[in-house]
Amino acid sequence: MDIFLEPFFQRALIGGILIGLTAPLMGTFLVLRRLSMIGDTLAHVSIAGVALGFLINVYPLGTGLLFALLASFAIEQLRKTYRTYAELSIAIIMSGGVALATLLFTLGKGFNMNVMSYFFGSVYTLDTADIAVVGGVSALVLIVICLHFKEFFLMFFDEEAASVSGLPVRAYNIAVTMLTALVISVSIKIVGALLVSALLTIPVACSLVVGRSFRHSVGMAVLYSEVAVMIGLVVAGVWDLAPGATVVLTLIVLLIGTLTFKMGLRRRA
Amino acid sequence: MLPMESATETATAAAVGQPSCHNRIVEIDRLSFLYEHKNVIDNLTFTVLERDFVGLIGPNGAGKTTLLRLLVGLLKPTSGDIRLFGQSISKFQDWDRIGYVPQKNAFNPLFPATVREIVESGLYGRKRLYRKLGASDRRKIDDALDVMRIADLAGRRIGQLSGGQQQRAFLARALVNSPQLLILDEPTVGIDAETQQGFFQLIRHMHEHHHITFLMVSHDMEMMEAYLGSEPVQSAGKLKFYVKHTHAPEDCGETNLSHSIERPGGMREMMEVT
Repeated sequence: MDIFLEPFFQRALIGGILIGLTAPLMGTFLVLRRLSMIGDTLAHVSIAGVALGFLINVYPLGTGLLFALLASFAIEQLRKTYRTYAELSIAIIMSGGVALATLLFTLGKGFNMNVMSYFFGSVYTLDTADIAVVGGVSALVLIVICLHFKEFFLMFFDEEAASVSGLPVRAYNIAVTMLTALVISVSIKIVGALLVSALLTIPVACSLVVGRSFRHSVGMAVLYSEVAVMIGLVVAGVWDLAPGATVVLTLIVLLIGTLTFKMGLRRRA
Repeated sequence: MLPMESATETATAAAVGQPSCHNRIVEIDRLSFLYEHKNVIDNLTFTVLERDFVGLIGPNGAGKTTLLRLLVGLLKPTSGDIRLFGQSISKFQDWDRIGYVPQKNAFNPLFPATVREIVESGLYGRKRLYRKLGASDRRKIDDALDVMRIADLAGRRIGQLSGGQQQRAFLARALVNSPQLLILDEPTVGIDAETQQGFFQLIRHMHEHHHITFLMVSHDMEMMEAYLGSEPVQSAGKLKFYVKHTHAPEDCGETNLSHSIERPGGMREMMEVT
């Protein structure tokens, strides 16, 4: 398997493993806050940023990241206005992002092909700068989560109790949304904007079935996602398939397997 | 302002003639709260003394939950002030002195959390940011689980427990810090009558034998009246305050040592009377 010796494939593996670690972590928090769809939304807005980056000739991942951050702020703001309709803010920002991206595409018809790589992911085109950005974001996410893991648990389980304990709930909410924006914008080059939310949510869907505790669920989500990323990338590399698609389909196979196994256990019991 | 002046100002029916051995746990001082131009709470003054059991009763929309949320700092008063343990709520930091039991249906039953994790989370707070739990914390968790008789359920996911067991898990979480004030927000809603009875017995026992002040919101008149008497001490709009002290306030002179003394160490000692 010569492909493992190719630098582009090694970069893809490093990028994939980093995202495979951080995406399900943020995904767990999103799913538990009933905000599964936020991943899709931020990814679409991020694409608009990437398009702008190509248009004005700025590092596209950078502009995508900035857009995702702005969108995450806008979502938090709208969430305050429409407090009991969390999904409304998501729908508004999502359609806004798609509209903006479409507009920017028509402004710069020449770069359509490049932008497409952000829609469908192009893990093999990661360069050293991309790896550095992914690595930086991953390090930040891991540091914040390690330092605040127990407080995050209380906040996601019972936000009121977290407030009563004197935790800065609002600051935590903003931090989690911002970190999610960062993770999503660096993930889109790897799995593509259309599939980002799969990497955020499917590992969590698996871990919720098998998790014995909160800690165990978080660990299992990471394990599922890393297994899928590795299998997906290797399959894509060996048979020359779209890597984003193979990763996501592997995740879905894992989910079906987990659910079937669980049902089998229940029937026997 | 001199202490005496503020005492007369905030004095309520419950506090009239209060002996000095009772600390003021919660002082609500001319509190008003407006929500969308409606007066949810209008100029309310009320004092909760040490070891009071205050039942807060009223129909939906009377402002029970609003008042609770104001008391724990989730809402800011439009005017007036709240003092907790003698300190204005805007400066209050000792949130670990307050235990909080939410409504039963306030959480997601499919959340992947074990009973132990939930009880442990009662220890988290501003004072423990960036700190790992130590052996003494683990002992506190074990004690709380033992006292609520759910030690054997510690590893189970919360959603697998019955309503009554879940409620005891939340009570254990509130007790793990050995709080001096316990706030319960309709803790028995959605639980069958028999389990409700048991839960209320437990709360009553804790009030009678342990050094805890209670503030409980409920719309279950019967159960509250059985313990707190049929006459509210104070009414504000549709909100009614029922108060029972562990002993008549005027007996304070004789018993103050036995009940007003700082309680020793851990919760096990505190609960051992059981």
